[in-house]
Amino acid sequence: MRKCSLDALDSLFAAMSGAYSVYLPVDGDGHDKHASYKKWSEGVKYSNALNTVRSAKDFFFPQSENLMEFKVDGKNIEIIDTREESEDFIVFGVRACDAKSFEVLDNVFLLPPADSYYKSRREHGVIMSMACTRPAETCFCSTFDIDAADPAGDVQCYIEDNEIYFDAKTEKGEKALETIISLTEECGSEKVDAQKEVTHERMKKLPLANLSTEKFGGDKTNTYFNSEKWKELSQSCIGCGTCTFVCPTCQCYDIKEFDTGHGVKRFRCWDSCMYSDFTLMSAGQPRLTQLERFRQRFMHKLVYYPANNDGLFSCVGCGRCVASCPISMNIVKVMKALGEEEGK
Amino acid sequence: MQTITRDMLCDKAKSLLADGSVSRVLGWKRGEFSYDVTPAVFYSAEEIDKDFVYDAFCGANFSKYLVKETKKGDGKILVFMKPCDTYSFNQLLTEHRFDREKVYVIGISCDGMSDIRIIKDIAGDGVTGAERDGDNLIVHTLYDGDKIVPYADTLPERCVNCKSKKCAAFDEFIGEECEVTSSKRFEEVEKIEAMSEDERFAFWRGELSRCIRCNACRNVCPACTCEKCVFDNPASGVQNKAISDSFEEKMFHIIRAFHVAGRCTDCGECSRVCPERIPLHLLNRKFIYDIDRFYGDYAAGAEEGSRAPLVDYTQGDIEPSQAVEGGTFNA
Repeated sequence: MRKCSLDALDSLFAAMSGAYSVYLPVDGDGHDKHASYKKWSEGVKYSNALNTVRSAKDFFFPQSENLMEFKVDGKNIEIIDTREESEDFIVFGVRACDAKSFEVLDNVFLLPPADSYYKSRREHGVIMSMACTRPAETCFCSTFDIDAADPAGDVQCYIEDNEIYFDAKTEKGEKALETIISLTEECGSEKVDAQKEVTHERMKKLPLANLSTEKFGGDKTNTYFNSEKWKELSQSCIGCGTCTFVCPTCQCYDIKEFDTGHGVKRFRCWDSCMYSDFTLMSAGQPRLTQLERFRQRFMHKLVYYPANNDGLFSCVGCGRCVASCPISMNIVKVMKALGEEEGK
Repeated sequence: MQTITRDMLCDKAKSLLADGSVSRVLGWKRGEFSYDVTPAVFYSAEEIDKDFVYDAFCGANFSKYLVKETKKGDGKILVFMKPCDTYSFNQLLTEHRFDREKVYVIGISCDGMSDIRIIKDIAGDGVTGAERDGDNLIVHTLYDGDKIVPYADTLPERCVNCKSKKCAAFDEFIGEECEVTSSKRFEEVEKIEAMSEDERFAFWRGELSRCIRCNACRNVCPACTCEKCVFDNPASGVQNKAISDSFEEKMFHIIRAFHVAGRCTDCGECSRVCPERIPLHLLNRKFIYDIDRFYGDYAAGAEEGSRAPLVDYTQGDIEPSQAVEGGTFNA
């Protein structure tokens, strides 16, 4: 473990920037003061805000990206690979929930056949995670066995007592830390260990600390699919995509083509199971009402995904949907309502 | 102003259910924390006693739900409406979007609804609840104990510059009947008009660049009730699920503002639901202000059946050449 004074943070970012593009949470300067990820340059200040509005998945699975182009010239069609070699980059300040979300996304995009667009970004990206010390009331990562005080990532970072600590966990992380080796010093983990204990006590007292997954899992399709509860839970859903777009684990996308006049541009963009045109086929949309679309999202997170991924849930308890939903309906309320039903 | 309490609304709802005047009640349901109430339909006194809430966080405008809810079931649905909601209610009736006979409206006076995001700006993360105490809000936090915040400081812009305290439609009224307020809401538009073109472009570029195209603004908007939105229709040729570049996002919001011009009642729901806190309602308010200046004062939804100036030709209408030149207001 290495450390240095928090006052030297900017010089650390400057040193990392020599070899990597560094992205970090920065407080908003517009109407919204909420933090979002920005690229570091001289003068950009790190925000220790708990969560960014959008999750860190954007770095690996952007909202929209060009896949390829087709150029048409008479009877000839040229296929152009639009991929560019990704530069090495660091995502700094990723919280434990988002750090775990990469595992959920990896299961989808990296299992054969691997998604080469996603894979390239994962290979070039270094995750520097930041331990939480003051989890919010909307946080429930512990429900999914995530430790906010001990985040996953290539390098774990901790801020304690005006000092920042770095603990490399992977080879990629070691290599990234080499850029700041002269600015940091070797140290013991006593202060970090003490911080973890305090955070663990805080996590136990969070309002959602008792939320449990025990009634959910891959074998529960029949238990919940036809539950009477879906009607009530989904009744005021406005069918927007907020929950899916701020979610660090939602990974559905659509592939569309765009007529450029001289050919075709093929791109992919995030899609949302909440939308009326989601998975639209020539025969129509298989989920005719908002009830079915709403059910799909929560069944996917709590039942279908674990069924296909050794019991891993595809929610990491970041609480973004809890904070952002226009009607304040969310996975916490769904789990409680369904769990109650099953308990009867 | 007389404060409306949960008990007042519950008693009313239960008695109307009991005598059969209504078959169900559209209200707010208790959440995990006091601020995360969810719109819900209640069918019985037991359900109301258990989960019905009315507090500082009941900001959602219920009028759009009536399009869907009036088509369900027998009998009338009871809905509680704050003054600003009644303008959307009337506008939807003007557009024949639901059957008035299927609804029983109780107007309630209102002195503004808190915005939890503003509370968190003030009190920090970790807000577990908040209760109204006269002119203050007592905010419970995880790490810093209780904080007392002036209630007025927790209000969103739409409530700070409330357009009207007068209920424009109701069958019955609870509280103190008030008048249309002399709002300073157009000063917000003037601030943006006073910017140079470059400043104004930079302002909107900054705000709209955060858009994630979740469509929450459109889906919550009481003026957006098309059965199928053109942007959701693959056959339209303009369907677009993703931001392709930031300029297009500006176009989406500007086009949407044009589409609802003359029908938007300035309810402010678009800004309330935006996860990126883009002040979208200011785009719409610019149109409202322009319409007022071009055609005389007009408030969409103030009266059911009124003809909006944009669809009502009169000989005295302003000539296009007089209206706008070079992007600046010239009337």
